[in-house]
Amino acid sequence: MPRNEIKIGGFGGQGVILSGYILGRAASIYDSKYATMIQAFGPEARGSACSAQLIISDEPITYPYIVAPNVMVLMSQEAYSKFSPELAPGGILLTEEDLVATHNLRADVRHFSIPATRIAEELGKRLVLNIVMLGFATALTNLVGRDAARNAVKVSVPKGTEELNFAAFEKGYEYGLQLREKAPEKTFA
Amino acid sequence: MPEELYDIETTIPSNPIEEFLRMDRMPHIWCPGCGIGTTVNCFVRALQTSGLDLDKVAVVSGIGCTGRVAGYMNLDSFHTTHGRAIPFATGLKLANPELKVVVYSGDGDLTAIGGNHFIHAARRNMDLTVILINNMIYGMTGGQAAPTTPVGATASTTPHGNFEETFNLPFLAESCGAVYVARWTAHHVRHLTKSIKEALAKKGFSFVEILAPCPTLYSRRNKLGDGLDQMEFYRDNSEIKNGADTKTVTLDFQGKITVGKFVDKERPTYIEAMNQHYQKKYGERYVPSDEMRKHFHA
Amino acid sequence: MHADPIGVLTGAHFIDGDHACSEGAIAAGCRFVAGYPITPSTEVVERIAERFPFVGGVFIQMEDEIASSIAIQGAVWGGKKAMTVTSGPGFSLMMEHIGLAAMTETPCVFVDVQRAGPSTGLPTMPAQGDMMQARWGSHGDYQIIAIVPNSPQECFDLTIHAFNLSERYRVPVMMMMDECVGHMIERVVIPSADKIEVHNRKVYDGPKESYRAFETGRDLVPSMVKAGDGYRIHVTGLTHDEKGYPDMSVSAQGKLVQRLMDKIRIHTDDIVMYKEEDVEGADVVVVSFGITSRTAIPAIEQAKAKGLKVGHLRLVVVWPFPEKRIRELAGKVKSIVVPELNMGQIVYEVERCAAGKCNVVSVPHAGGTVHQPKDIFAAIEKSLRGT
Repeated sequence: MPRNEIKIGGFGGQGVILSGYILGRAASIYDSKYATMIQAFGPEARGSACSAQLIISDEPITYPYIVAPNVMVLMSQEAYSKFSPELAPGGILLTEEDLVATHNLRADVRHFSIPATRIAEELGKRLVLNIVMLGFATALTNLVGRDAARNAVKVSVPKGTEELNFAAFEKGYEYGLQLREKAPEKTFA
Repeated sequence: MPEELYDIETTIPSNPIEEFLRMDRMPHIWCPGCGIGTTVNCFVRALQTSGLDLDKVAVVSGIGCTGRVAGYMNLDSFHTTHGRAIPFATGLKLANPELKVVVYSGDGDLTAIGGNHFIHAARRNMDLTVILINNMIYGMTGGQAAPTTPVGATASTTPHGNFEETFNLPFLAESCGAVYVARWTAHHVRHLTKSIKEALAKKGFSFVEILAPCPTLYSRRNKLGDGLDQMEFYRDNSEIKNGADTKTVTLDFQGKITVGKFVDKERPTYIEAMNQHYQKKYGERYVPSDEMRKHFHA
Repeated sequence: MHADPIGVLTGAHFIDGDHACSEGAIAAGCRFVAGYPITPSTEVVERIAERFPFVGGVFIQMEDEIASSIAIQGAVWGGKKAMTVTSGPGFSLMMEHIGLAAMTETPCVFVDVQRAGPSTGLPTMPAQGDMMQARWGSHGDYQIIAIVPNSPQECFDLTIHAFNLSERYRVPVMMMMDECVGHMIERVVIPSADKIEVHNRKVYDGPKESYRAFETGRDLVPSMVKAGDGYRIHVTGLTHDEKGYPDMSVSAQGKLVQRLMDKIRIHTDDIVMYKEEDVEGADVVVVSFGITSRTAIPAIEQAKAKGLKVGHLRLVVVWPFPEKRIRELAGKVKSIVVPELNMGQIVYEVERCAAGKCNVVSVPHAGGTVHQPKDIFAAIEKSLRGT
C-alpha cells in the first residue's frame, strides 16, 4: 500500500480527532502498518471547523504532513467548503449525508455518503456519529482491516461504552460495504 | 622564650560553635561590624538545642553577603544562583522530606530577584525555614538600593535619596500564607535564637526576618556610625510586640522597629497536603516515593 | 542496570512525542519533574502529572521556568533523577541554570520542544531555532549534550538515553524536540523493563574524611553523594576547588573550566551519535537532524532517482558535534547540504569542520512548518554546480 493521506473534518464535539486517532491506532498497532497523525493546535484548532490529518502507509513515513489527501471524511458543511478542494484527483470523499451538501463537487472525486447522525440517534446516542463514520470509512477504503479497526475502537472509547461503539461501527461498516459492492470502480485506496 | 607559651591550643580553647562551621574556610568575608556573623551564631545555637540530626539539615543560600552563609556551615550546603535558593530548596525538600531544609539569604536576594519564589513557597506552605537577613541594601555589589531600603535612605543607586516604598516583609509573608513569622534584630540574640529554634521545629513555611547592620555600605553612606552604633540603635528603638498585626510593622528610615513573633499558626504543609490528597483519592494505588513513605511513617 | 518495572508501560502505543518523552523519563528512573506550562511542551508535564502519583514520583508546577530549572537541581542533590520541560521562551529563562548545572555537575535533563521564535513567535508551530542556544545559551565556557529525536519512538528511546548520558557524565542534557515531533502521534513500542538499560550516577561510598566532592579519576567525572548522607557537602556556582569550596584564583578557574570542557571532549567518540545512509561514495551528503531528517528523505530519493549520488548523515546527538566525521566527509564529497528549521545554525558548525574542503550549502527555514522536500532537492542540485 502506498502512502495514503487522510483528512477528517467536522466541527468541535463530533469526535473528529478521536476518529482519526482510532484509525491511526488501528493501522499502526493492529495492522502492522505505519501511521502518523498530526493534530492541529492553537486558537485555529478551537474554531468551528476542526480536522485530523493522518498518513497511513506500508513504508515508514518521512514527510509528516499531508499534501493532497486521497481520502477525506467530512462531517460538516464548513469542513466541506474548507477542505474538499484539497482532495487529490480521483480521491475518495466520505460525507455525513444530512450535514453536508456536496455542491460543486469535482467530477473526478468518488463520493459516498451515509446518514451517520440518524444511525447514531437510532442507536440511542448521537455522540457515536464519529464511530459510524469510522466503520463507513473502514468499509470503503483499504486503509485498515475490520478487526484492526474494531480492536482500536475497543481500547480507545470510554470504558463501558464498547458495545455501543461496536454497534455504531458495524452499522457504518455494513452501510459502507453495500455501497462498495454497488460501486462501478472496484479499486479503493 | 619557652616553646609552650606558643602552644595556641592550650591558651585558646576552641569555640563551641566551631564544629558547626567549616573552620578551614575561615576567615570569612564579612566586614567588621556586619551583623550576619551574629545571626549565624544564633542559628548555630538554635541548631545545638533543636535536637535535629545535623546530617539531615541542609542550608541553601542565594547570592550576596548572606548568600555566603551556606559556604561556612558545616552542613550539607548549597550556594545557588541569585534569588533562586527557595526553588532549589523546594526540589531538595520534595526529593527527601527527611531533610530539614533551611534557606538563609539576604533581603535583595529573597525579595527582589527571588520575590516570586518567596511568595509562592509561602502560598504552598512549602516545608522550608527561611531566614532572611535584612541589611536594607545590596552589600556584595556595593550598596545599591533594595526593596527594603527605607524611603529617605541613600544608596549608590539612589544617590539623591530613595523615594520607593519598601516591602513590609512580615506582612508579605503572612499574607502569602507563612505559618510562622517573626522579626528580630542582630541585637536580640536570645530572642532570635529562640525564634530560629521555633521556626526549625515548625512544619511548613516558617520565616524569620533579622535586621542586621551593614556598616560599610548602609550605615556609612547614611551617616549612621559603625556596626556598634547600629546595634545601639536597635537596642534603643526596638519594641517587642509578640502577636502584632503585621500590617503595622512597617520599617521607616531610622524609625521605631517592631520585633517579635507575629504569626504562629497551623495549616497543612505542601507535603502533607499532597500525600493526604493522593491517599484520600487513590488509597493503595497511590505510590509515594520511598523517602516520602519513610517520612510519614517516622 | 535495568529499568524499574513500576514505571514501564510495556507494549505498543499510539501516542505523541510529548507523551513518549514522559514515558521515556519515567522508564529512565526520573522521579522528580518541575515545570511551567508552555505550548508545545505542556503535554509532557501533563502526562507526568497524571502518572507520577502511581510510580513514586513528585511533580510540581512551579511559578515559572526559572524556578523549575533549579528545583530539579535541588531534587538531584536530594538523590533523584529529575527533568524540566519547556519551549523557546521558557528555555530562554532557564539559561542561567543550565550554567549552574554544568558548573556544579548536576545531572539533569532539560526538554525543549522547539517552536518558532524569536520571542513569542509561532507558539503552536515547529522550528529548530534553539540549537545554538542549547549549546551556548548560558554565560561562560562549559559543555553540554544535546539530542534531537525525529519521531515519537525516539522521544521515548532518546529521553532514556538523555538521562543515561546525564548520569554518566554529570552534565545537563538537552532533549531538543520540536513542535512537529512533539505533537505527532505514531506507534511507540515500549520494551519490557529488563530490556531497558538504565545508567545511574557513580556514587561515592568511601570514608567521609577523605571525600572530596569534585575530585575525579581519569574519566574526569566526579562521583556523587546526596544531601543527608552525612558527607556535609558544599556545592556552589562559584569557581571551586576539588573539595567544592569557593576558590577565587585564576588557577582554580583554569583547572575547573578545563576539566568541565575535557570531561565531555575526551568522551566525544562515545557520546556522538549519527546515522548514515549511502554516504560512502556520495558526491553530496545531506546533514540533517530532528524532523528535518524526515523531510530530507523524499528530497534525497528524488535526487537519487535523477542519478545523483547523495548520502544522508543524520545527527542524533548534535552537541557534542561529530567534528571528526564531518571533517573526514568534507575531504571526500563535493558538497554538504544542511537543511534546518532555522536561518542557519548547525551549518556554521559544518562549515567550520569542512574548512573549505567542500561546498557547504545551507537550506534555511524560518519555521512554522517543515521544509518542502523540493527545496532540499533544489539545494542538493545547486550544491553540485561549479564543483
